[in-house]
Amino acid sequence: MSEKVGVYICHCGSNIAGVVDVEEVAKWAGENIENVTVSRDYKFMCSSLGQALIEDDIKNEGLTRVVVGACSPHLHEKTFRRACSNAGLNPYLCQMASLREQVSWVVEDKQAATAKAKAMISGAVRRVQLQEELEPTEVPVNPATLIVGAGIAGIQAALELADGGYPVYLVEREPSIGGHMAQFDKTFPTLDCAACILTPRMSEVGAHTNITMMTYSEVEELTGFVGSFHARIKKKARFVNEEACTGCGICIEKCPKKVIDDVFEVGMGMRKSIYRSFPQAVPNTPVIDTESCIYFERGKCKACELFCPTNAIDFEQKDTYLDLDVGNVILATGYDLFDVKKMPQYGYGRLANVFTSLEFERMCNASGPTDGKIVLRDGVTEPESVAIVHCVGSRDENHNKYCSSICCMSALKFGHLVMEKTGAEVHSCYIDMRTNQKGYEEFYQRLLGEGMHFIRGKVADVTDAARIKEEEGKLIVQVEDTLLGKQRRIPVDMVILMAALEPRYDARDVGLKFGISCSMEGWFTERHPKLDPVATMTDGIFIAGAAQGPKDIPATVVQGAAASARVQGMISSGMVKIEPVVATIDEERCSGCRICNNLCPFNAIEFLAEKEVSFINTVLCKGCGTCVAACPAQAISGAHYSNAQIFAEIEGLLYDVYSSNGHKTAQPEIESVPA
Amino acid sequence: MKQFAYFPGCSLEKIALSYNQSTVETTKVVGIELKELEDWNCCGATAYFHVDELLAYTLCARNLAMAEKENLDLVAPCSACFKNSYFTNQALKKDPDLAEHINVALQEDDLHFSGSIEVKHLLEVFVKDVGFEEVKAQVTHPLEGLRVAAYYGCQIMRPRKDHEDVEQPVFFEGLMAAIGAEPVPFPLRLTCCGGSLLISSREAALSMIHNLLKNADDNGAAVIATACPLCQINLECYQPQVNQEYGTNYHIPVVYFTQLVGLAFGLPDKAIGLGSELISATPLAQYAA
Repeated sequence: MSEKVGVYICHCGSNIAGVVDVEEVAKWAGENIENVTVSRDYKFMCSSLGQALIEDDIKNEGLTRVVVGACSPHLHEKTFRRACSNAGLNPYLCQMASLREQVSWVVEDKQAATAKAKAMISGAVRRVQLQEELEPTEVPVNPATLIVGAGIAGIQAALELADGGYPVYLVEREPSIGGHMAQFDKTFPTLDCAACILTPRMSEVGAHTNITMMTYSEVEELTGFVGSFHARIKKKARFVNEEACTGCGICIEKCPKKVIDDVFEVGMGMRKSIYRSFPQAVPNTPVIDTESCIYFERGKCKACELFCPTNAIDFEQKDTYLDLDVGNVILATGYDLFDVKKMPQYGYGRLANVFTSLEFERMCNASGPTDGKIVLRDGVTEPESVAIVHCVGSRDENHNKYCSSICCMSALKFGHLVMEKTGAEVHSCYIDMRTNQKGYEEFYQRLLGEGMHFIRGKVADVTDAARIKEEEGKLIVQVEDTLLGKQRRIPVDMVILMAALEPRYDARDVGLKFGISCSMEGWFTERHPKLDPVATMTDGIFIAGAAQGPKDIPATVVQGAAASARVQGMISSGMVKIEPVVATIDEERCSGCRICNNLCPFNAIEFLAEKEVSFINTVLCKGCGTCVAACPAQAISGAHYSNAQIFAEIEGLLYDVYSSNGHKTAQPEIESVPA
Repeated sequence: MKQFAYFPGCSLEKIALSYNQSTVETTKVVGIELKELEDWNCCGATAYFHVDELLAYTLCARNLAMAEKENLDLVAPCSACFKNSYFTNQALKKDPDLAEHINVALQEDDLHFSGSIEVKHLLEVFVKDVGFEEVKAQVTHPLEGLRVAAYYGCQIMRPRKDHEDVEQPVFFEGLMAAIGAEPVPFPLRLTCCGGSLLISSREAALSMIHNLLKNADDNGAAVIATACPLCQINLECYQPQVNQEYGTNYHIPVVYFTQLVGLAFGLPDKAIGLGSELISATPLAQYAA
């Protein structure tokens, strides 16, 4: 029995109809393509009236297949599949042809566009007749969520989920939660103190009954699939028993060994060998750094153990492993700062009074290494003039092409703090001033009023080579003032480099571990840049904060909340539908060569040793087709993308070159169909 | 023995004769054989590329093609010769159409450019092909305590080459340390000496030279080592004029790095062209063989 195909050509207003002769395509399809029972064009197929057309035709004309020539299936495939489903037709018997993205938006010539539209419809009609009914599978969703990274993004996500009544496992690599925000002093543009707004949230996390906090821990492995992931967590040995420790801090006081704190104080301050990153650390349990601890070096000391009133010090503690079952994962792993030594022309590491932006944040912070005083590297002298260099490693062909998005505002904030605390002159050397969020431009105007100097130009060089008396003993910033059209040499006491935000050094490995992809630069890739910014191509794995791209605190918090909302949606529906467009292996034909096993980007293929064949876990499979193409025995077939379906589509596309029996026709209808 | 095609360039024929002498003598010591191109021509210097790019490329391509005929990498001691030859080699390798165009002209001379060789500056030969260890091994009279400002000039580090620190290179200082001298910090070591600007704007050029002399002097340099004839002339010959203009009293000898290397190798002054300076190189006297 032959199929009855309905063809629907959408005008999309003038989006398609402005270039493609839609009436002609619909008429032609109805008259020339085999098995087309109904062929119509309509102003907006995605409107409820458009959908009703399809539904009515299925019921009244007995359509068994539907082809919609409209936009990309990314946009409305679900809409039309639902319409079919409403009328009792299996949704996978509907096929879309992308007449907008692939034809009217990219082909200028109207005749050629119409010809290409016909070819695409012809391909879709041939293909749809071979499509099969498919049913999605359903799996339950574990209500627990794993959040990786406890900066402000992870904290926000954790609190929202926990407040909603769901269990959360919050894993953090460092000894304390808080992330980069805990290192900052003030936040722009309101200048409220970062700690004052962050630490209440941190202690809320620490006290929340629904949150299991695992600091100084890392995810070793993640297996399973959306709804039921299994995570293996490595809890690094702290050498302090968390249950026994009261956080009194006597151990830290008594520890005789001081070392430079390269992490939290970015090399600006000291800490003890037993330490907590900062006074408000959550948890307040210290850790012993085995690399500098005298006991671990020489086997003697144990001053901390001697003085601990609760016997919490445990030198025998080992790394432990925990296995967790969770339904969803949120990755909020944050960013690293660009290594400014890669731009030696700015003198960092060579010229003492060149600072990074994070060093300056620590310096401003009242609990930081200088108690909040802005001073030169000697620790006492206040600067009389400061230059702030923007875009260090950002918007730079040699390093990162992108804009790091937060540095302009941080620079304005720094300018304000310098002037407020020292009265020094501040020169900001910028390429473009980017202040495009709520209250940001006003803050820029405020700094203009406060007397900060703005020089539009990228700094060429920071040097101590003086040319004139006024430059002696100063750092000289060489910059072209592009508004004046003049080279300028600005002698200053201190230079602050606004370092770019970069993906974490291990972002690619983390991406692999969680089965998600990274952009060229290394930022985690979202499912859709506009409409699905916190989901990823892997179901059940969400991303939030600067791990997805440079962003400020408000935007980070928004993403943390958004990711938790997405997870809550999954949990409250209880079940998750798994797309049936997957690959399957014909065991009879599988030779057990295992070529497909390592090719699968979703780790969906395993080898069944007993049967000596490979097996695809359909819950993990995304139907990408890699294994289908790779299998030398053609034992793997992709549902919805079978060879027969694809060849039928190609034949349809080439309708004017090949006749239905595969022989070349004598006279092609059009001389050239544009690619 | 490693062979190179040697392109001394116009300056080394006359005004930088001492650079030529010291180059020939020092390379011999470290086992480098320089085979001078038989009929080399001017590289076009700093001006010609701005006048007629195509002809300038052709001029340089002719030297390259001659080196290719010998199947040897080309070495230039002059920074301008190096830069023009290097640029041309890169440009022609990248653009086969341009190379084909130029090859039509080269055919007249029975030459052909195919892009089979590399272009190196003499400094690079000492640093990479010879290496600090071999240089050290040949040192008989280490220049201990001699405070040297190693002046790269602007043309060696540009064009940017792969994986090289073009902003803060240290290899010249490394070579000076290898011969026992003490390289001083010299922040302006990559800054232009003014080039041919003296001809068109004396005031601007003197200011550039002054900056360099001041920076070397501020850092306590007893001598400036250069790797380019034009840098040498600008820094040495115009010191009196700088002194007059800026009320300073600089008296800093400016010598070629090969002269210092030769001195450390124990070569006689005459062989490495010492003694012909305008500002007498007295700080070097104590190291003489």
